[in-house]
Amino acid sequence: MSKYIIVGGGLAGLMASIKLAEGGHDVMLFSIVPVKRSHSVCAQGGINAAVNIKGEDDSPEIHTFDTIKGGDFLAQQPPVKEMCYAAPGIIYMLDRMGVAFSRTAEGNLDFRRFGGTLHHRTAFAGATTGQQLLYALDEQTRRWEAEGKVKKYEGWEALSVVKDEAGNCRGLCAVHLSSMRVQTFAADAVILASGGPGQIYRQSTHSMVNTGAIVSSVFQQGAAYGNPEMIQIHPTAIPGNDKLRLMSESARGEGGRVWVPKRKGDNRDPKEIPEAERWYFLEEKYPRFKNLVPRDVASREIYHAAVDLGMGVGGNLMVYLDLTHIDKATLNRKLGGILEIYEKFTGEDPREVPMKIFPAMHYSMGGLWVDYEAKADGFLNRNSPRNQQTTIPGLYAIGECDYQYHGANRLGANSLLSCIFSGQLVAPAVGAYTKASKLAEASAGVFEAERKRWEDRLDGIGRMQGKENPYALHRELGALMVENVSIVRDNDKLRAALVKIQELKARWSDIACVDESGWYNHPKLFINQLWNMLAQAEAITVGALERDESRGAHYKPAFPNRDDDKFMKTTIAHWTPQGVKLAYEEVNTSLYKPVARKYD
Amino acid sequence: MTLTTLPLTVTMAKSIELRIFRQDGEDSAPYWDEFSLPWQENMNVIACLMEIQMHPVNKAGKRINPVVWESNCLEEVCGACSMVINGMPRQACSALVDKLAQPISIAPLSKFKTVRDLVVDRQPMFNALTKVKAWVPIDGTYDLGPGPKISPADAERMYDFARCMTCGCCMEACPQFNANSPFIGPAPLGQANLFSQHPTASMNNDERLAAVMGVGGVADCGKAQNCAKVCPKEIPLTEAIAELGRETTKQLVKDLLAKGAPRSFGGPAA
Repeated sequence: MSKYIIVGGGLAGLMASIKLAEGGHDVMLFSIVPVKRSHSVCAQGGINAAVNIKGEDDSPEIHTFDTIKGGDFLAQQPPVKEMCYAAPGIIYMLDRMGVAFSRTAEGNLDFRRFGGTLHHRTAFAGATTGQQLLYALDEQTRRWEAEGKVKKYEGWEALSVVKDEAGNCRGLCAVHLSSMRVQTFAADAVILASGGPGQIYRQSTHSMVNTGAIVSSVFQQGAAYGNPEMIQIHPTAIPGNDKLRLMSESARGEGGRVWVPKRKGDNRDPKEIPEAERWYFLEEKYPRFKNLVPRDVASREIYHAAVDLGMGVGGNLMVYLDLTHIDKATLNRKLGGILEIYEKFTGEDPREVPMKIFPAMHYSMGGLWVDYEAKADGFLNRNSPRNQQTTIPGLYAIGECDYQYHGANRLGANSLLSCIFSGQLVAPAVGAYTKASKLAEASAGVFEAERKRWEDRLDGIGRMQGKENPYALHRELGALMVENVSIVRDNDKLRAALVKIQELKARWSDIACVDESGWYNHPKLFINQLWNMLAQAEAITVGALERDESRGAHYKPAFPNRDDDKFMKTTIAHWTPQGVKLAYEEVNTSLYKPVARKYD
Repeated sequence: MTLTTLPLTVTMAKSIELRIFRQDGEDSAPYWDEFSLPWQENMNVIACLMEIQMHPVNKAGKRINPVVWESNCLEEVCGACSMVINGMPRQACSALVDKLAQPISIAPLSKFKTVRDLVVDRQPMFNALTKVKAWVPIDGTYDLGPGPKISPADAERMYDFARCMTCGCCMEACPQFNANSPFIGPAPLGQANLFSQHPTASMNNDERLAAVMGVGGVADCGKAQNCAKVCPKEIPLTEAIAELGRETTKQLVKDLLAKGAPRSFGGPAA
């Protein structure tokens, strides 16, 4: 039996753990937080699968097309197709695991609407679907842990992968959060399931651990990164000092309406503003999809109304999301979890008062470049070692940290699906890789060298006594990215942002490690994470600068149209000592030829 | 000039006063450290701790190591940031500064081993989930079609209990749960009850209930009802424990009939 390392215990990492354990393999599961606290818990609205129980003639084929169109034709089409056809089976598996999905009167799974589709395709568990799915996989993983097939390394942070002389990935280098011990671990393959890089942006909807540091680290070790510029800005988040909390798309899926007062500067209490004096700008402009246009479209329209036209609530980049016309029992049943959150954090009852919401950085469509092997019929060869493999042999990536399923914009409720699907797909892939590669045991020297490299680096960070505070520097980076690399992009601003990132890198060298302790020293590890965030921020910004078109979440007013001749291509970023270098690769459009992306 | 003519805004530059119960390492002596921070809009306790990271100086003006804590989602759904805030175990992310009396006192959960400052080791809670077999014993992850049909009412009931974040607030508030008591605590019992009611998971109820019937099990609950009062997700834990108590009683009778009864009436002992 083989031994595999998985980094990250969200939906993707847990699904891969369960599949591998079920196949008789041994799994070493690394996570900064206890896996039950992974960022997947934050997913609210649901998971897509064309189970078609509402008599709407939905099908996996339509789901495939909606996903590809939603991503503005930048997603790799065969993996998307394989995923959408696997989706109903995934829902049934979760159902058998005991997920407390919401039900119809007959006791079947209920489905609701989400953005970018006209079908009821989203299964949900109240409004905490990600949490419920994660818990089900956490429970099954615990079962395998009790059997001795999964060993958890919770409270460990992955630092890098161990490569042999030939460049194959042979294991992981990690640090124990409390003892600060650096250690290497050997495995037949390493699977990264470490999630997105939201902490690069100030007040994103991501969790604290989502620095993307290990992904950036392997990027700096030579792994290619796909579509770094494709960052999703979610249209609806709740104000907060420490973070902007997500207000699920399901609020609109259940009938929530987005509006601003028709009269600029109208500061009346929203309840005092009569229907005729409200501008439902999404409904007006998109009569077919209305409030359920994809996220990139909704965020741009909110920006347009609030900033370009100056009609935002209170003059800010803020609009109303209104649920007050829906009866309270329905709201509590279908959206209870998120309404409680809004109420707790703002002190206002969204059943009574329209919610005030902002756009916030939410998801990275881009991620580590991974391979796949398609068959003639457009589906995948499930036994190929190429599926989900990065450009470093033996290193795989799944979940939000891979790039291939969502193109230039992810549809709501497709992330839980791609996490679980890629977690399933990777298990036979690493098995096939182990069989095919037949590598001799790696030399102890490569492990010791990597361990020493990191021990030295962390020791060096611990001795830093400069003027900069790492957390303050992080805020500067976050504000810079929100200001310059989000909904609306401009080449002059992007160039200026790149200069500023270089300046932040220089100032990084003048940081003070503000903690002197040798025990559970968070600043020491955070300073390393911050370096990795700076490297990743550079890739995001360079990717955005070089793509002179508008596609999905990437919008440049100076280049307002999609340019398929030049940019129907994956951006491939490589790290070099001189900075980030880009290459472009054709996208697989063998199943659907690109058409205009319309939702009106 | 009388006091009342003084411009109030000058003297009222708002600050936030904090007292934090700190501990440098697992075996170090704990101590209180005090902080005074500038007030900002929409602050929660986490935002205060972040402020200390950026300006690691205490109220006495002494440069200190920043306070260490656990948090992740910051939207009260991951369970990481449990702390005792002004005497109440709760999630620090949803503890809004403007709603707290000052000075705000912040301490780690006391029922678990402190790692450093506000970080504690809640592994015993996860171990307890293994003990009560808090899972559905599915045959495999391959496609075997849909699960059992479940009424909307039952699904909603299960959802209520399935929202447990293993945050430990109920364990902190429970007078029966502590380092010297074998009592497994309210959260794992809530999960045992959840799975004992699932159509598939209930098939191995004999094993699950056996784990909560003995010493440290459901009978050790002192019915203080603190658990349900402090649960951030308002999970009706006391109802769960009562239901589980009834299930264990039924199981006890079943076990007696299966094992003991026939032998007392039959022929010679084997």
